[in-house]
Amino acid sequence: MTRLYDYAKVLRSKNAGPFEITLDILFDDKEKYYFVKDQNILTHERIAQLYQVDETAIHHFVYFDQALGIKITMARDVSSGSVGERDVYGAQQHAPLMNLEVDGGQS
Amino acid sequence: MKEISIVAPCGMLGYGFPEESFERAFKETVHGIVVDAGSTDAGPHKLGAGVSIVSDRSLKKDLTLILEKGIPNKVPIIIGSAGGSGTQKHVKHTLEIISEIFKEKDYSAKIAVVWSDYTKEEVKQAMDEGRISSLSSNIPPLNEDSLMETTAIVGQMGHEPIVEALAGGADLIICGRAYDPSPFAAIGIHHGMDPGLSYHLGKILECGALCAEPGTTKDSIIGKIYHDYFTVQSLNPARSCTTTSVAAHTFYEKEHPYLLNGPGFQLDLSACEFTEVGPGIIKVKNSQYIPTKEQLIKIEGARRVAYRTFVLAGVRDPLLLSQLDKVEEEIHSQVKNYYSEISSEDYKINFYYYGKNAVLGDKEPEPFSGHEVGVLFEVLAKTQELADSICATLRSTYLHYGYEGRKSTAGNLAFPFAPSDISFGAVYEFSVYHLLASDKHPFKLEWLEGSI
Repeated sequence: MTRLYDYAKVLRSKNAGPFEITLDILFDDKEKYYFVKDQNILTHERIAQLYQVDETAIHHFVYFDQALGIKITMARDVSSGSVGERDVYGAQQHAPLMNLEVDGGQS
Repeated sequence: MKEISIVAPCGMLGYGFPEESFERAFKETVHGIVVDAGSTDAGPHKLGAGVSIVSDRSLKKDLTLILEKGIPNKVPIIIGSAGGSGTQKHVKHTLEIISEIFKEKDYSAKIAVVWSDYTKEEVKQAMDEGRISSLSSNIPPLNEDSLMETTAIVGQMGHEPIVEALAGGADLIICGRAYDPSPFAAIGIHHGMDPGLSYHLGKILECGALCAEPGTTKDSIIGKIYHDYFTVQSLNPARSCTTTSVAAHTFYEKEHPYLLNGPGFQLDLSACEFTEVGPGIIKVKNSQYIPTKEQLIKIEGARRVAYRTFVLAGVRDPLLLSQLDKVEEEIHSQVKNYYSEISSEDYKINFYYYGKNAVLGDKEPEPFSGHEVGVLFEVLAKTQELADSICATLRSTYLHYGYEGRKSTAGNLAFPFAPSDISFGAVYEFSVYHLLASDKHPFKLEWLEGSI
Protein backbone atom coordinates (compact mmCIF):
# COMPACT_ATOMS: atom_id res chain seq x y z
CA MET A 1 0.00 0.00 0.00
CA THR A 2 1.36 3.44 -0.96
CA ARG A 3 0.11 6.44 0.96
CA LEU A 4 -0.32 9.82 -0.72
CA TYR A 5 1.92 11.26 2.02
CA ASP A 6 4.82 9.10 0.76
CA TYR A 7 3.94 9.42 -2.92
CA ALA A 8 3.73 13.22 -3.17
CA LYS A 9 6.70 15.57 -2.85
CA VAL A 10 4.70 18.32 -1.18
CA LEU A 11 1.45 17.83 0.70
CA ARG A 12 0.44 21.06 2.39
CA SER A 13 -2.43 23.20 3.54
CA LYS A 14 -2.60 26.96 3.91
CA ASN A 15 -5.05 29.83 4.19
CA ALA A 16 -6.29 31.24 0.93
CA GLY A 17 -7.68 34.30 2.66
CA PRO A 18 -9.32 33.95 6.09
CA PHE A 19 -12.38 32.05 4.85
CA GLU A 20 -10.83 29.31 2.73
CA ILE A 21 -8.25 26.56 3.17
CA THR A 22 -6.25 25.43 0.17
CA LEU A 23 -4.58 22.04 -0.12
CA ASP A 24 -1.65 21.60 -2.52
CA ILE A 25 -0.43 18.20 -3.68
CA LEU A 26 2.77 18.48 -5.71
CA PHE A 27 4.83 15.74 -7.36
CA ASP A 28 8.48 15.58 -8.34
CA ASP A 29 7.94 13.50 -11.42
CA LYS A 30 5.48 13.48 -14.29
CA GLU A 31 4.73 9.78 -14.02
CA LYS A 32 3.49 10.09 -10.45
CA TYR A 33 1.47 13.22 -11.17
CA TYR A 34 -0.25 11.74 -14.22
CA PHE A 35 -0.86 8.46 -12.40
CA VAL A 36 -2.83 10.27 -9.69
CA LYS A 37 -4.54 12.48 -12.26
CA ASP A 38 -5.41 9.76 -14.79
CA GLN A 39 -6.48 7.16 -12.24
CA ASN A 40 -8.80 9.69 -10.55
CA ILE A 41 -7.31 8.87 -7.17
CA LEU A 42 -8.98 12.03 -5.93
CA THR A 43 -12.58 12.92 -6.56
CA HIS A 44 -14.91 15.54 -5.11
CA GLU A 45 -16.70 12.75 -3.30
CA ARG A 46 -13.55 11.29 -1.76
CA ILE A 47 -12.31 14.71 -0.61
CA ALA A 48 -15.68 15.55 0.94
CA GLN A 49 -15.61 12.22 2.76
CA LEU A 50 -12.07 12.70 4.12
CA TYR A 51 -12.83 16.21 5.37
CA GLN A 52 -16.37 15.37 6.47
CA VAL A 53 -17.81 18.25 4.50
CA ASP A 54 -20.53 18.64 1.94
CA GLU A 55 -19.26 18.59 -1.67
CA THR A 56 -20.49 22.16 -2.08
CA ALA A 57 -17.85 23.24 0.47
CA ILE A 58 -15.19 22.34 -2.10
CA HIS A 59 -14.78 25.57 -4.06
CA HIS A 60 -11.99 24.49 -6.43
CA PHE A 61 -10.43 21.16 -7.38
CA VAL A 62 -7.98 21.83 -10.21
CA TYR A 63 -5.01 20.11 -11.87
CA PHE A 64 -2.14 22.30 -13.05
CA ASP A 65 0.10 20.25 -15.34
CA GLN A 66 3.01 22.72 -15.56
CA ALA A 67 3.51 22.55 -11.81
CA LEU A 68 2.73 18.81 -11.55
CA GLY A 69 0.27 19.85 -8.91
CA ILE A 70 -3.28 19.53 -7.71
CA LYS A 71 -5.09 22.24 -5.79
CA ILE A 72 -8.16 21.78 -3.65
CA THR A 73 -9.74 24.82 -2.02
CA MET A 74 -12.53 24.55 0.49
CA ALA A 75 -14.60 26.66 2.84
CA ARG A 76 -13.39 27.01 6.41
CA ASP A 77 -15.94 26.18 9.10
CA VAL A 78 -14.72 29.14 11.15
CA SER A 79 -12.73 32.05 9.70
CA SER A 80 -9.02 32.34 10.56
CA GLY A 81 -8.31 33.56 14.08
CA SER A 82 -11.96 33.75 15.15
CA VAL A 83 -13.47 32.15 18.24
CA GLY A 84 -13.42 28.35 18.05
CA GLU A 85 -10.89 28.26 15.22
CA ARG A 86 -8.01 25.79 15.57
CA ASP A 87 -5.38 26.60 12.96
CA VAL A 88 -4.88 30.30 12.25
CA TYR A 89 -2.57 29.80 9.23
CA GLY A 90 -4.43 26.67 8.15
CA ALA A 91 -1.02 25.01 7.98
CA GLN A 92 -1.81 21.56 9.42
CA GLN A 93 -5.07 20.74 7.68
CA HIS A 94 -3.44 18.39 5.17
CA ALA A 95 -3.54 15.44 7.60
CA PRO A 96 -6.80 13.82 6.37
CA LEU A 97 -5.20 13.45 2.90
CA MET A 98 -2.06 11.68 4.16
CA ASN A 99 -3.36 8.12 4.32
CA LEU A 100 -5.15 8.20 0.99
CA GLU A 101 -4.11 5.05 -0.83
CA VAL A 102 -2.40 5.35 -4.20
CA ASP A 103 -2.75 1.74 -5.26
CA GLY A 104 -0.46 0.65 -8.07
CA GLY A 105 1.62 3.84 -7.86
CA GLN A 106 5.37 3.29 -7.76
CA SER A 107 6.81 5.23 -4.85
CA MET B 1 14.98 46.85 -23.99
CA LYS B 2 17.26 46.01 -21.11
CA GLU B 3 16.01 44.03 -18.18
CA ILE B 4 14.50 45.44 -14.99
CA SER B 5 15.82 43.85 -11.80
CA ILE B 6 13.87 43.66 -8.57
CA VAL B 7 15.18 42.29 -5.30
CA ALA B 8 13.04 41.01 -2.45
CA PRO B 9 15.18 40.84 0.71
CA CYS B 10 12.71 38.53 2.49
CA GLY B 11 9.09 37.41 2.45
CA MET B 12 7.98 39.50 5.39
CA LEU B 13 9.60 42.68 6.68
CA GLY B 14 10.91 41.85 10.13
CA TYR B 15 11.38 38.12 9.48
CA GLY B 16 15.10 38.71 8.81
CA PHE B 17 17.43 37.63 5.99
CA PRO B 18 21.15 36.89 5.52
CA GLU B 19 22.96 40.14 4.72
CA GLU B 20 25.28 38.35 2.23
CA SER B 21 22.33 37.14 0.13
CA PHE B 22 20.86 40.64 -0.10
CA GLU B 23 24.32 42.12 -0.78
CA ARG B 24 24.85 39.77 -3.73
CA ALA B 25 21.97 41.43 -5.66
CA PHE B 26 23.91 44.68 -5.95
CA LYS B 27 26.73 43.28 -8.09
CA GLU B 28 24.46 44.33 -10.95
CA THR B 29 22.06 47.22 -11.43
CA VAL B 30 18.95 46.90 -9.25
CA HIS B 31 15.84 48.93 -10.16
CA GLY B 32 13.88 48.38 -6.99
CA ILE B 33 13.99 46.85 -3.53
CA VAL B 34 10.52 45.67 -2.61
CA VAL B 35 9.34 43.99 0.54
CA ASP B 36 5.94 42.82 1.70
CA ALA B 37 5.14 43.64 5.32
CA GLY B 38 1.60 42.38 5.67
CA SER B 39 -0.85 39.55 5.41
CA THR B 40 -4.18 38.38 6.75
CA ASP B 41 -2.59 35.00 7.52
CA ALA B 42 -2.01 35.69 11.20
CA GLY B 43 -5.71 36.33 11.74
CA PRO B 44 -7.81 39.45 12.36
CA HIS B 45 -6.13 40.59 15.59
CA LYS B 46 -3.41 42.86 14.23
CA LEU B 47 -5.84 44.62 11.91
CA GLY B 48 -8.40 45.09 14.68
CA ALA B 49 -5.97 46.05 17.43
CA GLY B 50 -3.57 48.00 15.19
CA VAL B 51 -0.53 45.98 16.26
CA SER B 52 2.22 44.09 14.46
CA ILE B 53 3.32 40.45 14.52
CA VAL B 54 7.00 41.32 14.13
CA SER B 55 8.97 43.11 16.85
CA ASP B 56 10.15 46.71 16.49
CA ARG B 57 13.65 45.39 16.99
CA SER B 58 13.51 43.06 13.98
CA LEU B 59 11.60 45.62 11.92
CA LYS B 60 14.35 48.17 12.51
CA LYS B 61 17.09 45.61 11.85
CA ASP B 62 15.64 44.65 8.44
CA LEU B 63 14.78 48.24 7.50
CA THR B 64 18.30 49.41 8.37
CA LEU B 65 19.88 46.91 5.93
CA ILE B 66 17.37 47.85 3.23
CA LEU B 67 17.73 51.62 3.66
CA GLU B 68 21.55 51.36 3.74
CA LYS B 69 21.46 49.90 0.24
CA GLY B 70 18.61 51.90 -1.24
CA ILE B 71 18.96 55.45 0.06
CA PRO B 72 22.67 56.22 -0.70
CA ASN B 73 22.48 54.41 -4.07
CA LYS B 74 19.15 55.96 -5.11
CA VAL B 75 17.48 52.58 -5.64
CA PRO B 76 13.74 52.99 -5.00
CA ILE B 77 12.44 51.09 -1.97
CA ILE B 78 8.81 50.00 -1.66
CA ILE B 79 7.20 48.58 1.47
CA GLY B 80 3.87 46.85 0.88
CA SER B 81 1.13 46.54 3.53
CA ALA B 82 3.21 48.38 6.13
CA GLY B 83 3.03 47.32 9.75
CA GLY B 84 1.20 44.05 9.11
CA SER B 85 -2.23 45.23 8.02
CA GLY B 86 -1.59 48.60 6.39
CA THR B 87 -3.92 50.78 8.46
CA GLN B 88 -3.01 54.40 9.13
CA LYS B 89 -1.77 53.35 12.58
CA HIS B 90 0.47 50.66 11.04
CA VAL B 91 1.87 53.01 8.41
CA LYS B 92 2.62 55.71 10.99
CA HIS B 93 4.42 53.23 13.19
CA THR B 94 6.59 52.10 10.26
CA LEU B 95 7.34 55.78 9.52
CA GLU B 96 8.46 56.30 13.12
CA ILE B 97 10.99 53.49 12.83
CA ILE B 98 12.18 54.82 9.46
CA SER B 99 12.52 58.28 10.99
CA GLU B 100 14.75 56.87 13.76
CA ILE B 101 17.02 55.24 11.18
CA PHE B 102 17.09 58.43 9.05
CA LYS B 103 18.23 60.43 12.10
CA GLU B 104 20.90 57.89 13.04
CA LYS B 105 22.25 57.73 9.48
CA ASP B 106 21.60 61.36 8.60
CA TYR B 107 19.58 60.33 5.53
CA SER B 108 17.28 62.50 3.54
CA ALA B 109 14.92 61.26 0.84
CA LYS B 110 11.75 61.87 -1.10
CA ILE B 111 9.15 59.72 0.64
CA ALA B 112 5.71 58.82 -0.64
CA VAL B 113 2.94 57.31 1.45
CA VAL B 114 -0.06 55.60 -0.14
CA TRP B 115 -2.95 55.38 2.32
CA SER B 116 -5.45 52.53 2.10
CA ASP B 117 -7.95 53.27 4.89
CA TYR B 118 -11.70 53.28 4.37
CA THR B 119 -14.16 54.87 6.75
CA LYS B 120 -17.24 52.94 7.84
CA GLU B 121 -19.35 55.62 6.17
CA GLU B 122 -17.64 55.07 2.81
CA VAL B 123 -18.27 51.33 3.07
CA LYS B 124 -21.84 51.90 4.24
CA GLN B 125 -22.47 54.12 1.23
CA ALA B 126 -21.03 51.48 -1.11
CA MET B 127 -23.27 48.93 0.60
CA ASP B 128 -26.34 51.09 0.06
CA GLU B 129 -25.38 51.53 -3.59
CA GLY B 130 -25.06 47.75 -4.06
CA ARG B 131 -21.32 47.92 -4.70
CA ILE B 132 -20.31 45.34 -2.05
CA SER B 133 -20.15 41.63 -2.85
CA SER B 134 -18.90 38.49 -1.11
CA LEU B 135 -15.73 36.70 -2.20
CA SER B 136 -17.04 33.21 -1.68
CA SER B 137 -20.31 31.54 -0.78
CA ASN B 138 -19.33 30.86 2.86
CA ILE B 139 -18.69 34.53 3.66
CA PRO B 140 -21.83 36.12 5.08
CA PRO B 141 -23.08 39.26 3.33
CA LEU B 142 -21.83 42.45 4.96
CA ASN B 143 -24.27 43.67 7.57
CA GLU B 144 -24.58 47.13 9.00
CA ASP B 145 -24.30 46.14 12.66
CA SER B 146 -20.99 44.34 12.32
CA LEU B 147 -19.73 47.07 9.98
CA MET B 148 -20.43 49.70 12.66
CA GLU B 149 -18.51 47.62 15.25
CA THR B 150 -15.51 47.29 12.95
CA THR B 151 -12.46 49.09 14.31
CA ALA B 152 -10.40 49.44 11.13
CA ILE B 153 -11.02 48.92 7.40
CA VAL B 154 -8.42 48.85 4.64
CA GLY B 155 -8.60 48.16 0.91
CA GLN B 156 -5.98 46.31 -1.12
CA MET B 157 -4.36 48.71 -3.58
CA GLY B 158 -3.16 47.77 -7.05
CA HIS B 159 -0.02 49.11 -8.74
CA GLU B 160 -1.52 52.42 -9.94
CA PRO B 161 -0.81 54.74 -6.97
CA ILE B 162 2.62 53.16 -6.49
CA VAL B 163 3.54 53.76 -10.14
CA GLU B 164 2.40 57.35 -9.66
CA ALA B 165 4.79 57.66 -6.71
CA LEU B 166 7.66 56.16 -8.75
CA ALA B 167 6.92 58.54 -11.61
CA GLY B 168 7.06 61.41 -9.12
CA GLY B 169 10.60 60.42 -8.18
CA ALA B 170 10.01 58.71 -4.84
CA ASP B 171 13.07 57.19 -3.16
CA LEU B 172 10.97 55.39 -0.59
CA ILE B 173 7.31 54.39 -0.85
CA ILE B 174 5.37 53.21 2.19
CA CYS B 175 2.13 51.54 1.17
CA GLY B 176 -0.88 50.87 3.33
CA ARG B 177 -2.63 47.61 2.53
CA ALA B 178 -1.65 46.41 -0.93
CA TYR B 179 -2.49 43.34 -2.98
CA ASP B 180 0.71 41.47 -2.14
CA PRO B 181 2.21 41.42 -5.68
CA SER B 182 1.28 45.06 -6.52
CA PRO B 183 4.33 46.86 -5.02
CA PHE B 184 6.58 44.50 -7.02
CA ALA B 185 4.53 44.82 -10.20
CA ALA B 186 4.73 48.62 -9.90
CA ILE B 187 8.48 48.58 -10.61
CA GLY B 188 8.12 46.65 -13.88
CA ILE B 189 5.05 48.59 -15.00
CA HIS B 190 6.75 51.92 -14.19
CA HIS B 191 9.57 50.88 -16.54
CA GLY B 192 7.10 50.00 -19.31
CA MET B 193 7.22 46.24 -18.86
CA ASP B 194 4.31 43.87 -19.44
CA PRO B 195 1.85 43.95 -16.53
CA GLY B 196 1.20 40.18 -16.70
CA LEU B 197 4.89 39.37 -16.31
CA SER B 198 5.29 42.12 -13.70
CA TYR B 199 2.43 40.78 -11.57
CA HIS B 200 3.38 37.12 -11.93
CA LEU B 201 6.94 37.93 -10.87
CA GLY B 202 5.50 39.93 -7.96
CA LYS B 203 3.41 36.97 -6.89
CA ILE B 204 6.61 34.88 -6.74
CA LEU B 205 8.90 37.49 -5.11
CA GLU B 206 6.50 38.59 -2.38
CA CYS B 207 7.32 35.47 -0.33
CA GLY B 208 11.09 35.95 -0.56
CA ALA B 209 13.00 32.74 -1.27
CA LEU B 210 10.02 30.47 -0.64
CA CYS B 211 10.00 29.58 -4.36
CA ALA B 212 13.54 28.12 -4.11
CA GLU B 213 14.65 24.78 -2.68
CA PRO B 214 14.94 24.58 0.23
CA GLY B 215 12.32 27.31 0.43
CA THR B 216 12.15 30.03 3.07
CA THR B 217 10.60 33.44 3.58
CA LYS B 218 13.76 34.47 5.44
CA ASP B 219 16.12 34.88 2.50
CA SER B 220 16.57 37.10 -0.55
CA ILE B 221 15.56 36.49 -4.15
CA ILE B 222 15.97 38.39 -7.40
CA GLY B 223 13.69 38.66 -10.40
CA LYS B 224 14.44 40.21 -13.79
CA ILE B 225 11.79 41.26 -16.27
CA TYR B 226 12.65 41.26 -19.97
CA HIS B 227 10.51 42.16 -22.98
CA ASP B 228 8.48 38.93 -23.10
CA TYR B 229 9.57 36.84 -20.14
CA PHE B 230 11.00 37.10 -16.65
CA THR B 231 13.55 35.14 -14.70
CA VAL B 232 13.82 34.32 -11.03
CA GLN B 233 16.93 33.25 -9.17
CA SER B 234 18.04 32.62 -5.60
CA LEU B 235 20.59 35.04 -4.12
CA ASN B 236 21.88 32.42 -1.70
CA PRO B 237 24.00 29.62 -3.21
CA ALA B 238 22.60 27.29 -0.53
CA ARG B 239 19.23 27.32 -2.36
CA SER B 240 18.24 27.01 -5.95
CA CYS B 241 15.14 27.57 -8.04
CA THR B 242 13.83 24.76 -10.25
CA THR B 243 11.08 24.78 -12.86
CA THR B 244 8.78 22.87 -10.52
CA SER B 245 9.64 24.92 -7.42
CA VAL B 246 8.79 28.14 -9.26
CA ALA B 247 5.72 26.71 -11.00
CA ALA B 248 4.54 25.25 -7.71
CA HIS B 249 4.97 28.57 -5.95
CA THR B 250 2.48 30.12 -8.37
CA PHE B 251 0.04 27.89 -6.45
CA TYR B 252 0.91 29.15 -3.03
CA GLU B 253 -1.84 30.44 -0.71
CA LYS B 254 -4.22 31.17 -3.57
CA GLU B 255 -7.58 29.57 -4.11
CA HIS B 256 -6.94 28.71 -7.75
CA PRO B 257 -3.69 27.44 -9.29
CA TYR B 258 -3.61 29.64 -12.39
CA LEU B 259 -6.37 32.26 -12.17
CA LEU B 260 -5.50 35.03 -9.74
CA ASN B 261 -7.86 37.92 -9.08
CA GLY B 262 -6.39 41.32 -8.29
CA PRO B 263 -7.75 44.87 -8.11
CA GLY B 264 -8.92 45.67 -11.64
CA PHE B 265 -7.63 42.55 -13.33
CA GLN B 266 -7.38 38.81 -13.49
CA LEU B 267 -4.03 37.10 -14.00
CA ASP B 268 -4.28 34.02 -16.22
CA LEU B 269 -1.26 31.78 -15.83
CA SER B 270 -2.69 28.71 -17.59
CA ALA B 271 -0.41 29.08 -20.62
CA CYS B 272 2.79 29.76 -18.66
CA GLU B 273 5.96 27.94 -19.53
CA PHE B 274 8.73 27.42 -17.01
CA THR B 275 12.23 26.57 -18.29
CA GLU B 276 15.69 26.51 -16.74
CA VAL B 277 17.97 28.79 -18.76
CA GLY B 278 21.06 28.64 -16.54
CA PRO B 279 21.92 26.91 -13.29
CA GLY B 280 19.03 27.81 -10.96
CA ILE B 281 17.75 30.54 -13.29
CA ILE B 282 14.13 29.91 -14.18
CA LYS B 283 12.53 31.65 -17.14
CA VAL B 284 8.78 32.18 -17.17
CA LYS B 285 6.66 33.41 -20.08
CA ASN B 286 3.03 33.78 -21.18
CA SER B 287 1.67 35.27 -17.94
CA GLN B 288 -1.46 37.15 -18.99
CA TYR B 289 -2.94 40.28 -17.46
CA ILE B 290 -6.62 40.67 -18.27
CA PRO B 291 -8.15 43.99 -17.15
CA THR B 292 -11.65 43.74 -15.66
CA LYS B 293 -14.47 46.17 -16.43
CA GLU B 294 -14.59 47.62 -12.95
CA GLN B 295 -12.09 47.77 -10.11
CA LEU B 296 -13.05 45.22 -7.49
CA ILE B 297 -11.15 46.22 -4.39
CA LYS B 298 -10.80 43.70 -1.62
CA ILE B 299 -11.64 45.39 1.66
CA GLU B 300 -10.69 43.94 5.04
CA GLY B 301 -11.98 44.89 8.46
CA ALA B 302 -11.95 43.43 11.95
CA ARG B 303 -14.13 43.86 15.01
CA ARG B 304 -13.73 42.85 18.63
CA VAL B 305 -15.99 39.95 19.57
CA ALA B 306 -14.85 38.93 23.08
CA TYR B 307 -12.10 38.85 25.68
CA ARG B 308 -10.19 35.65 26.37
CA THR B 309 -8.52 34.00 29.36
CA PHE B 310 -6.91 30.59 28.94
CA VAL B 311 -5.00 27.85 30.74
CA LEU B 312 -2.58 25.30 29.36
CA ALA B 313 -1.95 22.19 31.45
CA GLY B 314 -0.89 18.56 31.08
CA VAL B 315 -2.86 15.42 31.88
CA ARG B 316 -0.89 12.21 32.43
CA ASP B 317 -3.31 10.02 34.41
CA PRO B 318 -4.71 7.20 32.20
CA LEU B 319 -8.09 7.11 33.95
CA LEU B 320 -8.66 10.80 33.31
CA LEU B 321 -7.39 10.46 29.72
CA SER B 322 -10.00 7.76 29.12
CA GLN B 323 -12.87 10.08 30.04
CA LEU B 324 -11.82 13.59 28.96
CA ASP B 325 -15.07 14.32 27.14
CA LYS B 326 -17.25 13.27 30.05
CA VAL B 327 -15.16 15.23 32.55
CA GLU B 328 -15.30 18.29 30.29
CA GLU B 329 -19.08 18.14 30.27
CA GLU B 330 -19.32 17.81 34.06
CA ILE B 331 -16.85 20.62 34.80
CA HIS B 332 -18.62 22.84 32.33
CA SER B 333 -21.95 22.32 34.05
CA GLN B 334 -20.47 22.86 37.54
CA VAL B 335 -19.08 26.22 36.46
CA LYS B 336 -22.37 27.14 34.85
CA ASN B 337 -24.23 26.32 38.04
CA TYR B 338 -21.78 28.27 40.17
CA TYR B 339 -22.28 31.36 38.02
CA SER B 340 -26.02 30.90 37.63
CA GLU B 341 -26.50 34.68 37.89
CA ILE B 342 -24.54 35.21 34.67
CA SER B 343 -26.36 34.66 31.38
CA SER B 344 -24.82 31.81 29.37
CA GLU B 345 -24.93 34.20 26.40
CA ASP B 346 -22.26 36.35 28.05
CA TYR B 347 -19.49 33.75 27.94
CA LYS B 348 -18.30 30.64 26.17
CA ILE B 349 -15.95 27.85 27.25
CA ASN B 350 -13.89 25.79 24.81
CA PHE B 351 -11.58 22.82 25.42
CA TYR B 352 -8.75 21.69 23.14
CA TYR B 353 -6.81 18.46 23.70
CA TYR B 354 -3.31 18.61 22.24
CA GLY B 355 -2.16 15.06 21.56
CA LYS B 356 -5.68 13.92 20.81
CA ASN B 357 -7.60 16.07 18.33
CA ALA B 358 -6.75 19.73 18.96
CA VAL B 359 -5.74 20.45 15.36
CA LEU B 360 -8.56 18.78 13.43
CA GLY B 361 -11.30 18.69 16.09
CA ASP B 362 -14.20 16.42 15.15
CA LYS B 363 -12.56 15.77 11.79
CA GLU B 364 -9.58 13.92 13.29
CA PRO B 365 -9.58 10.46 11.68
CA GLU B 366 -7.00 8.84 14.02
CA PRO B 367 -8.18 7.23 17.28
CA PHE B 368 -6.46 8.55 20.42
CA SER B 369 -3.62 6.35 21.64
CA GLY B 370 -1.26 8.60 23.61
CA HIS B 371 -0.14 8.55 27.23
CA GLU B 372 -0.45 12.27 27.87
CA VAL B 373 -2.45 15.19 26.56
CA GLY B 374 -2.05 18.95 26.69
CA VAL B 375 -5.33 20.48 27.75
CA LEU B 376 -6.02 24.03 26.72
CA PHE B 377 -9.20 25.60 27.97
CA GLU B 378 -10.37 29.09 27.24
CA VAL B 379 -13.12 31.34 28.43
CA LEU B 380 -14.42 33.99 26.05
CA ALA B 381 -16.54 36.66 27.66
CA LYS B 382 -17.95 40.15 27.23
CA THR B 383 -15.29 41.68 29.49
CA GLN B 384 -11.79 40.69 30.53
CA GLU B 385 -12.85 40.65 34.19
CA LEU B 386 -15.63 38.18 33.43
CA ALA B 387 -13.31 35.94 31.36
CA ASP B 388 -10.68 36.01 34.15
CA SER B 389 -13.22 35.17 36.87
CA ILE B 390 -14.90 32.32 35.01
CA CYS B 391 -11.57 30.89 33.91
CA ALA B 392 -10.27 30.91 37.52
CA THR B 393 -13.33 28.92 38.61
CA LEU B 394 -13.01 26.61 35.62
CA ARG B 395 -9.35 25.95 36.43
CA SER B 396 -9.91 25.18 40.12
CA THR B 397 -12.92 22.99 39.26
CA TYR B 398 -10.89 21.01 36.73
CA LEU B 399 -7.90 20.71 39.08
CA HIS B 400 -9.91 19.17 41.89
CA TYR B 401 -12.78 17.48 40.10
CA GLY B 402 -13.42 13.96 41.49
CA TYR B 403 -14.15 11.98 38.34
CA GLU B 404 -15.26 8.37 38.50
CA GLY B 405 -12.65 5.96 39.90
CA ARG B 406 -10.03 8.68 40.50
CA LYS B 407 -6.79 7.51 42.13
CA SER B 408 -4.81 10.78 41.78
CA THR B 409 -6.92 12.53 44.39
CA ALA B 410 -4.49 15.43 44.94
CA GLY B 411 -5.04 17.09 41.56
CA ASN B 412 -5.82 16.51 37.87
CA LEU B 413 -3.67 19.04 36.04
CA ALA B 414 0.08 19.61 35.68
CA PHE B 415 0.53 23.36 35.16
CA PRO B 416 3.80 24.32 33.45
CA PHE B 417 3.65 27.86 34.81
CA ALA B 418 2.59 29.85 37.82
CA PRO B 419 0.33 31.69 37.49
CA SER B 420 -1.60 29.26 35.34
CA ASP B 421 -4.24 31.61 33.93
CA ILE B 422 -3.33 33.84 31.01
CA SER B 423 -5.37 36.98 30.62
CA PHE B 424 -5.15 37.25 26.85
CA GLY B 425 -7.01 40.42 25.95
CA ALA B 426 -9.37 41.11 23.07
CA VAL B 427 -10.35 38.57 20.42
CA TYR B 428 -11.23 39.82 16.95
CA GLU B 429 -12.89 38.44 13.85
CA PHE B 430 -12.85 39.47 10.20
CA SER B 431 -16.13 41.34 10.02
CA VAL B 432 -15.36 42.74 6.57
CA TYR B 433 -13.77 40.62 3.86
CA HIS B 434 -15.60 41.68 0.75
CA LEU B 435 -15.21 43.21 -2.67
CA LEU B 436 -15.99 46.85 -3.22
CA ALA B 437 -16.69 47.93 -6.80
CA SER B 438 -15.14 51.22 -7.78
CA ASP B 439 -14.73 52.95 -11.13
CA LYS B 440 -11.27 54.20 -10.25
CA HIS B 441 -8.80 53.50 -7.50
CA PRO B 442 -9.40 55.50 -4.29
CA PHE B 443 -5.90 55.36 -2.77
CA LYS B 444 -4.38 58.68 -1.75
CA LEU B 445 -0.76 59.52 -2.37
CA GLU B 446 1.01 61.85 0.07
CA TRP B 447 4.54 63.22 -0.24
CA LEU B 448 6.91 63.66 2.70
CA GLU B 449 10.08 65.52 1.85
CA GLY B 450 13.46 65.57 3.52
CA SER B 451 14.63 63.82 6.63
CA ILE B 452 11.10 63.21 8.08
